This record gives sequence, C-alpha cells and structure tokens, in this order.
Amino acid sequence: MLAKRIIPCLDVRKGRVVKGKKFKDIVDVDQPEALGKFYSDNNADELVFYDITASNEGRKTSLEFVKRVADEINIPFSVGGGVSTLEDFNDILRKGADKVSVNSSAVKNPLLIKEASEKYGAQCVVLSIDAKKDKDGTWKVIINGGRKNTGLDAVEWAVKGVELGAGELVINSIDADGMKEGYDIDLLSQITQKVRVPVIASGGAGKMEHFYEVAEKADVDGILAASVFHYGEININDLKKYLKNKGIEVRI
Amino acid sequence: MNVIIDYGLGNLNSVQKGFERVGLETKISSDIHDIKNSDSLILPGVGAFRDAIKLLEEKNLKDIIIEEVKKGKSILGICLGMQLLYEKSFENGEYDGLGLVEGYIKKFDISLKVPHMGWNDLKIQKENPIVRYIKEGDYVYYVHSYYAKGREEDVVAYSEYEVKVPGIINKDNIYGIQFHPEKSGNVGHNILKAYKEIIR
Repeated sequence: MLAKRIIPCLDVRKGRVVKGKKFKDIVDVDQPEALGKFYSDNNADELVFYDITASNEGRKTSLEFVKRVADEINIPFSVGGGVSTLEDFNDILRKGADKVSVNSSAVKNPLLIKEASEKYGAQCVVLSIDAKKDKDGTWKVIINGGRKNTGLDAVEWAVKGVELGAGELVINSIDADGMKEGYDIDLLSQITQKVRVPVIASGGAGKMEHFYEVAEKADVDGILAASVFHYGEININDLKKYLKNKGIEVRI
Repeated sequence: MNVIIDYGLGNLNSVQKGFERVGLETKISSDIHDIKNSDSLILPGVGAFRDAIKLLEEKNLKDIIIEEVKKGKSILGICLGMQLLYEKSFENGEYDGLGLVEGYIKKFDISLKVPHMGWNDLKIQKENPIVRYIKEGDYVYYVHSYYAKGREEDVVAYSEYEVKVPGIINKDNIYGIQFHPEKSGNVGHNILKAYKEIIR
C-alpha cells in the first residue's frame, strides 16, 4: 500500500532559504542543499522547493541551487517558482529535479500543462493552486504569490488542470496558511473526490493532529508543511510514529 | 567501466549520483565502443516505451545491448529501463522490447490512482544477493503507469497495488528494478550497494 508522503517545503529567495533560520542540528541553515540533505537523511518522503520571488519579479527560478540540492539528496524533489515555458521545465528537470510545479503561469496559459505533460510525462507536472475562500463559500484561485484573485473556481481549476495533464496537485489554502489551525479539510475533500491524481495538502499545519486529521478526512496522498518542520516544532520521525500509531500508512 | 546508457531519455545524473554514493564509478555514454568495452550496463529511462525503443534503435544500441547481455554481461534496467528488458509492451500500442526477459508490459487496470506514484512497501519473494541489505516491508519510491507480467520465478521482490507489481526482477545476469533506487533513500542506497557487489 502507498504511504502518505510527508513533505517539507523550502522557500528560497536569491539562492538562500528564507524560512529555517532557527533550524537546529545543522550549521549553515541558509543553504538550500544543507537543509535538503538534512531532510533527505531524516525521513522526509519528498522535498519541495519554491523560488518564492521568481514569479512576482518575473524572474526565472535560480537554477544553480536546484542542481546543488539534487546532488545532495536521494528522495524525490519538486521545484517551482517562475516556471512559464517548456524550456523552464527542461532546464529544471535537467538540473536534477523530478517534478516541476506550475502555478500563476498555468492560469495565464493552461496549455503549458498539456504541452509539458505530453513532452515530459504527467508524473513530473505538478499543478500548484493557491486557493482562498470567497464570501459565497467557494474557493477562488489566487496567483502571483497571493497577490491577485483570478476569480476562477479553485475546485474547477483543479479538475481542469488534471484534464490538461497535471499528474499531481498541490493545494495551498491561503486562509489556513500560517495560521497553524489545521488544513482546509473541506477544500481538499472536494478536490480529492473529483480527481484521480495524487493531491498534496498545503497550508495550516500547527500540530501533529492536523496531519492525522487531513490524512484521515480528506484522503490526501501527501501533506506538506514548512515552518513546523524548519523551526523544529514537529520532528518528522516523531510525526510518522504518531501517524502510524493512529493507523495511517507512513514510511518509517 | 560501468556504462549508464544514454539514449536521450531520463535523468541520468541522479542515477549516476546514486551509484557514486555507493562507490561505483559509472560513465554516461551512448558510444558503441564504450558499451562493448564496459564491465556492466545500466539502462535507465523515464518516459514512453515506444520513444525509448525507437531511440535505442536509431542510435544502433538495441542489437549491441542484446548481444552484450547474451554474452553474459550484467545489465540493470531501472524503471522504464526495466520494462525495456521484456519482450513486449502494450503502452499505447504494441511494441517489441529487448526480449531479454520473458513477459510483457501492461497498463494498470485497477481502481486505485494511476500512475502508481509514491512510496510502497516491498515484499521479498525470493532470496537474492540484491536484497541482501534490505528487509521485508522496506519502502521504495515508484512512479509508473505500466507494470511487468512475466515469469514468477524472475520476481525477487514486489509491491501490492491492487495487483502484484514486480519491483525487482532477476534472471541470470539481468536485473530490473521498477522503482527508483536512486530516489528511495537509504533502502535504495542499500540496493545499489548490493548491486555493486554483485557485478564486482
């Protein structure tokens, strides 16, 4: 049976990790490759790197760090931020990433998903969606790092993205992000009921119970978090033992 | 010299890094002389079966690989590389493979999500030096939509995904790994380490 993936997410700005300054156990926490190796050696099931400044500044993912990280780790590795062309896919995959995630650019040009999927295979095309709850109770797609509301329905966009060829979805709740009050179970459940590709929950982790809750209730395939891991609030090994005791399949 | 065959598909760098970590030097090459003079071959691959076999043919590598392996040279096929070892694949049509291992490649026809993507646990079916450093229940990382149907006696280890998915196969000097050992953390590392000792 497939294990639920526990995925630390690292935000990189100008080749340095933004979150993670209080990280224990390793010396230079700002280095993406040092943090990547730390997680790879400590039971993370996958790593996600976002070059968070890339999209907003219209700049390309700084490829240099992708290779440095890929050389250090031996778990799957997903990279996003500023990806807008097939050439970007090619460059990032060639530097050693296994998956490339698209967000804002796919909203502007949905065919990018289709073309990338046909060329590189659905398994390496990840559609990342930032969703915000609207007054009418639906969720809307937000782009450019949380700055622009597109008015698109997030659940519909998720379904459309899979039809176009996305092999995985990362669903980030803007409302839950950073609140540490748990993942957006409603949003995630709606999406997992409608698509047949892996769905990764993002945004809202504060304590171990939140991981259990989203795994159990929303049927997600992976659970992504940033600060709780980077600041050492939750240890991945402890988390996995906890989940296993609760009957969730995890890789120990 | 151990040659990672470069036919234009897949991330060869991570496979090479994986072997480097266990102390096995490899050369990435599509050169016929390199392949002929090699001590062992590694056939990686990500993508479509048809494209892969076509590229191997176009680069005149198909016959040479078959010839070398039939002479007794070790080969390790990884992911699509393992599937290429079989006689046939039914991925979007019907295509001949290298025919080094009996059986064929078929699409998952199951209720679970396809591709089979993520960490799944291995069940060890048969004693074999390649599983020397791993144990029943260890997790490995898979990404694939098609799987091998071949002889039971060739299956060393498998995973359950509604159907029985051969994870590691072996027939004489031929090994195939459906998952990605280079992406499977310590377990993958230990499999590559065992393979290094096999071909030594």
